[in-house]
Amino acid sequence: MDDNKYAIELTDIDKRFGPVYANNKVCLQVKQGSIHGIIGENGAGKSTLMSILYGFYQADSGQIKVFGNEYHFSDSHQAMASGIGMVHQHFMLVDNFSVLENVILGCEGGSLLNKGLALARKELTRLGEEYGIKVDLDATIESLSVGAQQRVEILKALYKGAKILILDEPTGVLTPQETHDLFRIFSALKQEGVTIILITHKLREIINITDNVSVMRAGEMVAHRETAKTDREELAELMVGRKVLLQVDKGQSNKGEALLKINNLSVCDKRGIYRLKNVSFDVHAGEIVGIAGVSGNGQGSLLKALSGIIQPTEGSVDILDHTMDSNHPIQPDLLRHYGLAHVPEDRQRMGLINDFSASETAILGYHNGVEVNQGLLLKKDKIRDNCESLMSAFDVRPADPDLQSRNFSGGNQQKLILAREFEKNPDILLIGQPTRGVDIGAIEFIHKRIIAMRDAGKAVLLVSVELDEIMSLSDRIIVLCDGQITGNIDAKDADELTLGMMMANAYTGEENET
Amino acid sequence: MDRNTRINWINRLLLPLLNVLTAFAATAVIFLLIDVNPVEATKILLYGAFGYEEGIGYTLYYATNFIFTGLAVAIAFHAGLFNIGGEGQAYIGGLGSTLIILAIDPGASVWIFVPASIMGGLLFGALWALIPAYLQAYRGSHIVITTIMFNFIASSLMVYLLVNVLREVGQMQPQSAFFPSASWLPFMHNLFANFGVTIEQSPLNLSLFLALFFCFLTWVFIWHTRWGYAIRATGLNSTAAVYAGIKPKQIIILSMCISGALAGLVGINELVGYQHRLLLDFHFGYGFGGIAVSLMGRNHPIGIIIAAILFGILYQGGAELAFEMSNISRDIVVVMQALIILFCGALQYMYRPWLIRTLAPIQEQSHG
Amino acid sequence: MDDFLLTLVLTLDAAMRVSTPLILAAMAGLFAERSGVVDISLEGKMLASAFAAASAAAVLGSPWLGLLVAIGVSCSLAMLHGFATITHRGDQIVSGVAINILAAGLTIILGLAWFHRGGGTPSLANDERFLSITLPGVDIINHIPLIGTIYRELLSGHNILVYSAFLIVPLVWWVVFRTRFGLRLRAVGENPAAVDTAGLSVIKLRYKALLVGGILCGIAGAYISIAHNAQFTRDMTAGQGFIALAALIFGKWRPYPVLSACLLFGFLDAVAVRLQGVTLPIIGEVPVQLIEAAPYLLTVILLAGFIGKAIPPKSVGVPYVKER
Repeated sequence: MDDNKYAIELTDIDKRFGPVYANNKVCLQVKQGSIHGIIGENGAGKSTLMSILYGFYQADSGQIKVFGNEYHFSDSHQAMASGIGMVHQHFMLVDNFSVLENVILGCEGGSLLNKGLALARKELTRLGEEYGIKVDLDATIESLSVGAQQRVEILKALYKGAKILILDEPTGVLTPQETHDLFRIFSALKQEGVTIILITHKLREIINITDNVSVMRAGEMVAHRETAKTDREELAELMVGRKVLLQVDKGQSNKGEALLKINNLSVCDKRGIYRLKNVSFDVHAGEIVGIAGVSGNGQGSLLKALSGIIQPTEGSVDILDHTMDSNHPIQPDLLRHYGLAHVPEDRQRMGLINDFSASETAILGYHNGVEVNQGLLLKKDKIRDNCESLMSAFDVRPADPDLQSRNFSGGNQQKLILAREFEKNPDILLIGQPTRGVDIGAIEFIHKRIIAMRDAGKAVLLVSVELDEIMSLSDRIIVLCDGQITGNIDAKDADELTLGMMMANAYTGEENET
Repeated sequence: MDRNTRINWINRLLLPLLNVLTAFAATAVIFLLIDVNPVEATKILLYGAFGYEEGIGYTLYYATNFIFTGLAVAIAFHAGLFNIGGEGQAYIGGLGSTLIILAIDPGASVWIFVPASIMGGLLFGALWALIPAYLQAYRGSHIVITTIMFNFIASSLMVYLLVNVLREVGQMQPQSAFFPSASWLPFMHNLFANFGVTIEQSPLNLSLFLALFFCFLTWVFIWHTRWGYAIRATGLNSTAAVYAGIKPKQIIILSMCISGALAGLVGINELVGYQHRLLLDFHFGYGFGGIAVSLMGRNHPIGIIIAAILFGILYQGGAELAFEMSNISRDIVVVMQALIILFCGALQYMYRPWLIRTLAPIQEQSHG
Repeated sequence: MDDFLLTLVLTLDAAMRVSTPLILAAMAGLFAERSGVVDISLEGKMLASAFAAASAAAVLGSPWLGLLVAIGVSCSLAMLHGFATITHRGDQIVSGVAINILAAGLTIILGLAWFHRGGGTPSLANDERFLSITLPGVDIINHIPLIGTIYRELLSGHNILVYSAFLIVPLVWWVVFRTRFGLRLRAVGENPAAVDTAGLSVIKLRYKALLVGGILCGIAGAYISIAHNAQFTRDMTAGQGFIALAALIFGKWRPYPVLSACLLFGFLDAVAVRLQGVTLPIIGEVPVQLIEAAPYLLTVILLAGFIGKAIPPKSVGVPYVKER
């Protein structure tokens, strides 16, 4: 029995994607029946490693052992057959199928569906009772909450016989209450001997729930620890490679008048569902207001409404001297003209155009302006000069205006976009997820620039899912939960505990985070 | 040569070249299937296109049509739209030119006729594209299906008009009245004769210069104006375009109307420059040919000119081929069009992985 | 009153015949689009199969062999579409257009080279075609008023391909909603990543869907040339492949609503044909070109009008790339 005390043993796993060395001689040992965490920053290689274990990718070299037996998985079917189940970060569910149909997809038990469905129903009911996982089997996925959808993914893996469950960033989309429920399920699973591997970048969860933790950095496995014998500071340092300064040097704010006033704003999406409900707050000149909250609670709709991409359903917004409401929508180009700039949350989808050169991306949104037009024509030389000056102002590398936008690294793309919006000297700045996918050096640079804008008297609205970023940059913090404001406090009065409670507004019981 | 430059060469030159060669190779296979020697056929084709002066004139005259429809398809592609309605837009554009010419006093000068007929072609071509564009933008109706339907509707409409409305009393043929000579665009052979140079008679007329002029205009519009910027942004990333304050619905309508207008100019070459009256099916095949030309020319005016000349060669050579060989008709050119659309369009990246692996492989970086 | 009923029944009878190729092509499109692949080339596949069926029937002397060859040709074109769009992730609409134009040209070229008739195929004798079948009991039931007429004119007297088309619809419904293949098909159209992580091959499923579509288009094409008519003529599909697509969108990719859409089309088209030569108040005599254009105008009106926003399968038109 001693030979099988490890559920998973990975030895010298290597994986390259073109020039990117995603996994470099990675070794990992996961004890049976334990909860094992794998932490690392974005791009550290955690997801790739697990995808190899799950058969989604094939390693270039290295050895995989599951319960002592060596395997070479060429597809997920084989991995599942050996007892590995995976819950992905973005759920692999068919929205208009029922829970039952999603679970049996791929293991229908015959060419006709009715037998398979009946069998699945029996088994899922049993599993649900055994592990305390509650879900309506006949509901369609799109009608379920995010937490319920995740439970479907877990049931799916268990139904397919998973004895090892891998979860990739499971709590990014959950409220603290839902996270609490999830951890309860983990405990129940662990009691029944299921091994759990948790991929996350959240240090607090590692400390709370795991037995052991492995740290990855830049494609390499750099450390293994017993969770009880380490702490957040040590793990953070291992993750990043040096002491991490979580605070940014920030002076007092010099608050002026309110430049952006949001009055009882409500916004619906295309299906008529309210994403933002009756939100009111102001942003003053010389102030940074940070919007905290788990992604999907209305932040995206807030930014889109304020930047004119979608129009308000109810309520109004005062932008400097202009008012915008459902009867008087204002288009994004006009808002830019009035002095509002917008750094979108998703730069790939919205902030730049991959096939455009850097010069052309650098005028996105400003292509109608007099600075780059003369009569009917665009002035190519002025566009190029504009790009060069933006690149030098924000240290974008390589400083080549003709290079295609897609060929810049994530951090440099972000800096170009920030330069584009900041250098226009707007009065109001809307910034969404400014440091997502950006390396540490660039993060400090960007944070300094945001503070500089605030010190120059701009009104800055900052949206971020990184609580540390919100707490270190903001003068005032507003928490959004389910489209409503559940907290509005001075940054100096805020700590993670308080903010966490506000983010869990729906939960009126005790807060279990310590 | 560094890797990025190599990849550029592959994308811009090698790949399109290989694609076109594959299309030709496939055509050769088809020739073999119908018991024709591909080498023989190629000789006849090239002779027909270049071998005699008249042939060259015809080649360029056909190319003119393909330039117009190629530009039309290209502008729509830049906006991310597929305009398959070039056939109908060219047909109705010709109607527009005809109606304006017939409405103007026959004694007016050529300086009134020609610009007016050009406007008529542009306007009517744009109008025929407007309805499908509007339906796509505001009703979500699939533009590919509606433009194809409008091709069929144009056919029926034109037959009705030519048989019942525009046909002159006593005329047996379904055609309109003859255009007054002041409205004609001069033939090239006449123009050259004015300078003392004799070239063989052919339908080639001044429209060729008009086509080249519109190539230049298109180039300026797409890459050197803010509307062209907005169109390209919408075609590449409509979410980013919305973020930039561009309105996609307006872009759909703008680009499709310009596209239809350009296709509508086929009538200038065919009717104002050659036939001098409105005929049934004068436009036939140029709309679809425009798709092949645009794909081959990678949606850029220079590529379109080259591709249009190639297609002119195929059309004229194809006519020669049909003339010489009893069991080939001009439909062989349609087959070649299809193969070019297939290999330069749908399968345009087929050779790319292999080319990159062979000619521009990644140097393995040593991990420090 | 009797006259009107008889006219109605005869019109419905014609409607059934007109909608047959639409139904088959629309079902073919349903499989493709449900799996996430746009198939604009229904028209080209039908045209090529029509030619193949007529040629094979003329040369081999049997309509069944003609049907078989037609299906083979249609499936080959379907595989070509798959090769371009699934394996090489090419633009699905461009590929469809290429196949349509290829079929249009190749059918004429081959027809000319093989039969020397200006592009058409030789006229088929009766035993080389699918002929109308008289259902049993016509004489007996004929005596019952109304039902007899309906049985005799509307239900009996179609050829086997017409009956097949109508029987195929419930079969399609059953396959798509009650079998494992159908579940996987619908899943791949909505979320191919979910199918991939379930250990299934997205590529194989899509190819299978196109293959089924190829078979159905083959039957549709054969119907047009060797059942409904007696030979192949240039461009004889006349846009029916696109009308079938419109019916598919109008029927929201569900078998029975799509069937209704095709029947609606068939009925409206049959009515339009009946108006030929008829003098209507105000308009006067209906021009024959208007009747010819009627199906295309109807398609545009349908697509523009009442559907609102039809929501296709989520992953339609997007090639599947394993994400990193």
